[in-house]
Amino acid sequence: MTGSLAFDVAHLLAGALVLVSMMLLYQDRMTSLINIFALHALVVSFSVAWQAHIQQAPHLYITAAIALVIKATVIPVVLHRIVVRLQIHRTIEPVVGVGLTMLAAIGLVALAIMVMLPITAQAALVAREDLAFALSVILLGLLMMISRRNAVSQVVGFMSIENGLILAATGAKGMPLVVEISVAFSILVALIVIGIFLFRIRERFETVDVHLLHEHRGEQP
Amino acid sequence: MLDLFVQFCQMTVVLAAAPLLAGYVRKLKALLVGRRGPPLLQPYRDLARLLRKEVVLAESASWLFRAAPYIVFAATWVAAALVPTFATGLAFSYAADMIAIVALLGSARFMLALAGLDVGTSFGGIGSSREMMIASLAEPAMLMVVFTLSLLAGSTQLSYIAAFMQGPAVGLRVSLGMALVALVMVAIAENARIPVDNPATHLELTMVHEAMILEYSGRHLALIELASFVKLLLYISVIGCVFAPWGIAVAGQGFAAYLAGLVVYAGKLAAAGLLLAVFETAMAKMRVFRVSDFLGAAFMLGVLATLLLFVSRLA
Repeated sequence: MTGSLAFDVAHLLAGALVLVSMMLLYQDRMTSLINIFALHALVVSFSVAWQAHIQQAPHLYITAAIALVIKATVIPVVLHRIVVRLQIHRTIEPVVGVGLTMLAAIGLVALAIMVMLPITAQAALVAREDLAFALSVILLGLLMMISRRNAVSQVVGFMSIENGLILAATGAKGMPLVVEISVAFSILVALIVIGIFLFRIRERFETVDVHLLHEHRGEQP
Repeated sequence: MLDLFVQFCQMTVVLAAAPLLAGYVRKLKALLVGRRGPPLLQPYRDLARLLRKEVVLAESASWLFRAAPYIVFAATWVAAALVPTFATGLAFSYAADMIAIVALLGSARFMLALAGLDVGTSFGGIGSSREMMIASLAEPAMLMVVFTLSLLAGSTQLSYIAAFMQGPAVGLRVSLGMALVALVMVAIAENARIPVDNPATHLELTMVHEAMILEYSGRHLALIELASFVKLLLYISVIGCVFAPWGIAVAGQGFAAYLAGLVVYAGKLAAAGLLLAVFETAMAKMRVFRVSDFLGAAFMLGVLATLLLFVSRLA
């Protein structure tokens, strides 16, 4: 019974993470997008903490704490500030075809499950399930990055991919703590770099709509 | 024999309680916005008054217009008879499953939409077209919920699902939570409650259900109103018996269990009515063209619940 409860809670949290990824795709306001991203990181942190509990692996608690502090608190606060300073916190982003994006998202989740379940047939149950959901979260993050035009939303998509990687890594009997810490800090550095970039883009083009960058890539005639 | 008796009691209870539930929700909504509200028994009085009144038929109305209220009411009542409210082991529950309930409600809605078109007024037409738009989005979502539940319980029969949900085999499942949210969203849309449609308005721009039945009067209107009360009760009973199956009497438990089941059922209805009233008071109605997003989210939740079930069935 305890084994099944351990699996059920892990399943609940990982499934909730996929659901929150879907919710990220659904948001069209900047502030709510960032709040949902904070929720995403919170769910990851709970999920990792539960893995630490059932795997008896104390170092995973540190991973959970890093996720809680950096990704559920610091990054959303910084993003909120950036959005306010860019004066886009009240704008509604035109999400192109929510229905189509959602259908694509459901297809990606199905694909992730179909791919992951057969190839991990020998792995432990919790690891299989976590890997399947982690792949879905990663694919949904990629979808978020390609379906949005606003640079801030793309940053949020990028960060949610990283949450998916954490889920995969902890499910598969943990990765070394050193790796985890360096990943967390590289994410922070990425945030800083991206933040600077956002302001540069904004200075140059007076908008953060990345479609305006296309003609500067030399692709168009 | 007992099954038949329980079935008969259930059908009577459903019919008798439905207007009370509607009156209760109206009263609560009035109290929440600081009004006194109509008395609890007002829906019964309205129905009695409508039954006494003469039917006024439009000149262009065909037989279909006159037949539709009876068909709508009968289909809704039969669908409600299939849902275990306070006891499982109903005589009819072996005849039809959850998909049949969806089909019965769908045919009731189809008849109502036809009747709305039949008279040829523009309001009836706009009501019918909007209703069919909502239905075409709500039914797939409802069916996904049915698939989720039947994959989990191994049957599409509501009595069986309710018994399964009471058992220890259910566990903690994220799919069930998603299915619950999806089912609640579908129920709101199907019953023309507030974010989708406002049951208390006759404003041309927004009305959906009311626009279809605008031409009805007298006993026809009474039947349609009663059918919509029964439909609300039906959805609450489905949600209750699947997601809160505690207290439902199982066949052969004796008289006391049935009585307890009845009391628990009344408690469930009261709780659901309170939640509905609070939700409706707190929400604003959405534009008609936002409904597709709302129900699309319900559908997405249903699909996601089914997908996640495939992973959790590994256990």
